[in-house]
Amino acid sequence: MASEIHDQTVAELAGRLARRELSSEELVRALLARKDAVDDRVKAFNSLDADSALAEARASDARRSAGQSRGPLDGIPIGLKDVIAVAGQPLTASSRMLANFISPYDATVTVKLRAAGAIPWGRLNLDEFAMGSSTENSAMQTTRNPWDLSRVPGGSSGGSAAALAAGEAVATLGSDTGGSIRQPAAFCGLVGLKPTYGLVSRYGLVAFASSLDQIGPFARTVEDAAIVLGAIAGHDARDSTSFRADVPDYREELKQRRGPWRLGIPKEYFGEGLDPEVAAAVAKAVAYYQGLGCTIKEVSLPHTEYGVGAYYIIATAECSSNLARFDGIRYGHRSKQATDVVDLYFRSRAEGFGPEVKRRIILGTYVLSSGYYDAFYLRAQKVRTLIRQDFLNAFHEVDAILTPTAPTPAFRVGEKAANPLAMYLCDVYTIGVNLAGLPGNSVPCGFTSGGLPVGLQLIGQPFQEAELLAIAQAYERGHDWTARRPAL
Amino acid sequence: MNYEAVIGLEVHVQIRTRSKMFSAVEAGFGREPNTLTDAVVLALPGALPVINKAALDAVIKAGLMLGCRIAPVCKWDRKNYFYPDSPKNYQISQYDQPICLGGQVEIEQPGAARNVMGEHKSIPLTRIHLEEDVGKLNHGTSDSLVDYNRAGTPLMEIVSEPAMHSADEAYAFLTALRAAMVQGGISDCDMEKGQLRCDANISIRPVGESRLGTKVELKNLNSIAFVRDGIEHEIKRQLAVSERGGVIVQETRDYDGQTGVSQSLRSKEMAHDYRYFPDPDLMPVRVDEEWLARIRLDLPEMPFDRQRRFIASYQLPYTSTSVLIWDRELSVFFEETARISGQPAMAANWIINGLLREMGAAGMSLGQCLIRPEHVAELVVLVAGGKLPGPAAKDVFTEVFRTGEKPAAVIAKLGLESTSNSGAELENWCREAIASNPKALADFKSGKDSAINGFKGHVMKSARGRANPQDVDRVLREQLSKL
Repeated sequence: MASEIHDQTVAELAGRLARRELSSEELVRALLARKDAVDDRVKAFNSLDADSALAEARASDARRSAGQSRGPLDGIPIGLKDVIAVAGQPLTASSRMLANFISPYDATVTVKLRAAGAIPWGRLNLDEFAMGSSTENSAMQTTRNPWDLSRVPGGSSGGSAAALAAGEAVATLGSDTGGSIRQPAAFCGLVGLKPTYGLVSRYGLVAFASSLDQIGPFARTVEDAAIVLGAIAGHDARDSTSFRADVPDYREELKQRRGPWRLGIPKEYFGEGLDPEVAAAVAKAVAYYQGLGCTIKEVSLPHTEYGVGAYYIIATAECSSNLARFDGIRYGHRSKQATDVVDLYFRSRAEGFGPEVKRRIILGTYVLSSGYYDAFYLRAQKVRTLIRQDFLNAFHEVDAILTPTAPTPAFRVGEKAANPLAMYLCDVYTIGVNLAGLPGNSVPCGFTSGGLPVGLQLIGQPFQEAELLAIAQAYERGHDWTARRPAL
Repeated sequence: MNYEAVIGLEVHVQIRTRSKMFSAVEAGFGREPNTLTDAVVLALPGALPVINKAALDAVIKAGLMLGCRIAPVCKWDRKNYFYPDSPKNYQISQYDQPICLGGQVEIEQPGAARNVMGEHKSIPLTRIHLEEDVGKLNHGTSDSLVDYNRAGTPLMEIVSEPAMHSADEAYAFLTALRAAMVQGGISDCDMEKGQLRCDANISIRPVGESRLGTKVELKNLNSIAFVRDGIEHEIKRQLAVSERGGVIVQETRDYDGQTGVSQSLRSKEMAHDYRYFPDPDLMPVRVDEEWLARIRLDLPEMPFDRQRRFIASYQLPYTSTSVLIWDRELSVFFEETARISGQPAMAANWIINGLLREMGAAGMSLGQCLIRPEHVAELVVLVAGGKLPGPAAKDVFTEVFRTGEKPAAVIAKLGLESTSNSGAELENWCREAIASNPKALADFKSGKDSAINGFKGHVMKSARGRANPQDVDRVLREQLSKL
């Protein structure tokens, strides 16, 4: 089925480029044509600089002709969430605040992708400043789920997920603060990896919550995710929270690691609110692993229930401070009505930020206020330590933990828009991973009776992405979920 | 009722480093506005801070010089407030785990007289922490312009305990602190360039009361003289309020050094809630013994330690030491001169009365001077050995200062070599001198020894200053004894 250029995997395309069966320019033109055909319905792209992509494709083709290919990603377009800086391109964070902002510099991941020969591919929509679980909070447009255009693609990296699922890209990057890669990956039938905190540099990523944010790949297959991760991972002197770890050849590691593994099932992740069809799909996946000879163990993560509460204190506290720089003074939206400097702050921010961003800034400002800090922020940090400890305890017994990625499949546009709390609970299974700084991978594990993708989340130990990807691939090999494409 | 003032100081000192506190862009002063900026300084979306290790080295050095405990682990916090000079609208600072704790600044209180050493006192420090400076606002009539060149410059805040009781003590504290920071190479502490800035917390209380009174924070004390004036003014203001039976309110006041008037900036109720929290972009810093040991190798002598040593080792008078010790280069110059000449007291005199006078007249700093310690030492030896008379030595010094030539060369150039010990020429000058002044001769013979000076002046005039004073004295006395 996957015969069109835009439907192929990075690994396939890399092979065809290497064999000169396909040029990078042809690949870019095929994706441009696909985007033109479907994006008015999917609405994944905030913008796309086709000229620069074509120019870079031709440069890649020239390198390859000269025998100077930079590897498997040379000539491959990689879509970028519109919070990852690319020099000379818009960096809107899907906010009115930055609607006209052009980044003067490249994010470290952009630099690394360029070094691998990859082509920055468009500015992909998101919930404003990555705050949301449906991409409905974008000030630009509402991205649709390619599997059902009446539904959301998930969020906040909804544009990155939808573009790839719709064949408008062959791999993309998102960012994940509480599930913003894994949940849209699950909703759109993709592999989505949130790396260990510190594995991928955050330099040039518009910050939402600094201690939780990580950039990671969306891909059609585990192997593709491994290829992209290998290109963007590694220590960066510009990010003080970046870890000095060796980056293995993840693609090569996939061939080496064969299991069987000890897999943990946390009972706290299978309670109230879990859609029965999602539960059934995950149960089948667990059974499949058992069939592969893996040991399945029930584990306990007893502080799970405090995760959402702790998350919304820490993430909002950090965001209230991180977003203070958007004041209309140096760049970004500046109100034309302002009468003095304080008025300028009030009006620029009132006009520039959407309701969800304001809600979180207000919440974060409150929890950091004098007299409330200990009760909220400090306590949330203690909960965070306990949640991390829960995971590390579980990893004494198991190699990885399996859970549903999201409690439900993709919901309808507008369904939860009026109920922020219901929206926050979309992240109930993904938030703990960010709080604990662990790697988490969502892989497709089936479809509901209504034809909506379901995601299986695999949670690994710190910096054990190679193992985590190998476990995911062991499941992927036995199923054809990743070969399916939505009918658009 | 008798009141005493209680004063604590918060001193901001810019650390002299090549790059800024959290980014690689150059730190500097007096450049085109907004040229010393980058993505980090301008707080562009996605930019992240990285700690400048040279600034950490400098603040650790400052802490060790001032006897602070260096925290094994310190961390970074965000101080949140909106103001256009702050690009991120938060300042990266250290809130509850600063890098230096405790410590003290030694000060000298005024002595009974100018040439009498005053009592020394240790003003305890609360802490020193590291942070980043903000930009500068230039207010026009209808708009304001922001210059971010200063934003992100490494800044340390030195906080004293409320342990000073007069404007003079505060002045002595700042003088001693500034000298230490300059001599440690930590900062140039030029207050005109904003490299040292001081806020004062001032309260009064009845003598004998141990609780602190309501404090007023005095800001914008932008010269050391203004610090003294401002504090004096504020103490008087508080005393006046108390004497009227009024209540001192907790507030921040702005002192205008030009007019000598202060006015309220904001009351306690208007105080900011900075919503401090640990900066998630930065890791805590661990300072181990090895690091401390490396910094300790580079610690300069503190000025008062140097003064005690100069008095003990060189038997210098207090007044000479208090001129020398505040300038590290000058102290080194003195010690070199003393070592080479073997005459510390004369070396100190020539430096204080010769070198400093010439530097003042020429408007030069020591570093710009051509004269070297070996030059001064050579002069000192010549004068001490009676080879060069004082008045001529002064001319020689001036010429050496001007040209950087060796004293011997200058003496030859100016034709100032002393005449030989007992030449016939000298004998003749002496005879002429005695013959030409019968009154002085009579005085001398009647027992007035100082009358000999009259003859000496005459001889020197004849010799055009080149005669050796000791030889003149000897020959005159020989001839007088025969009359």
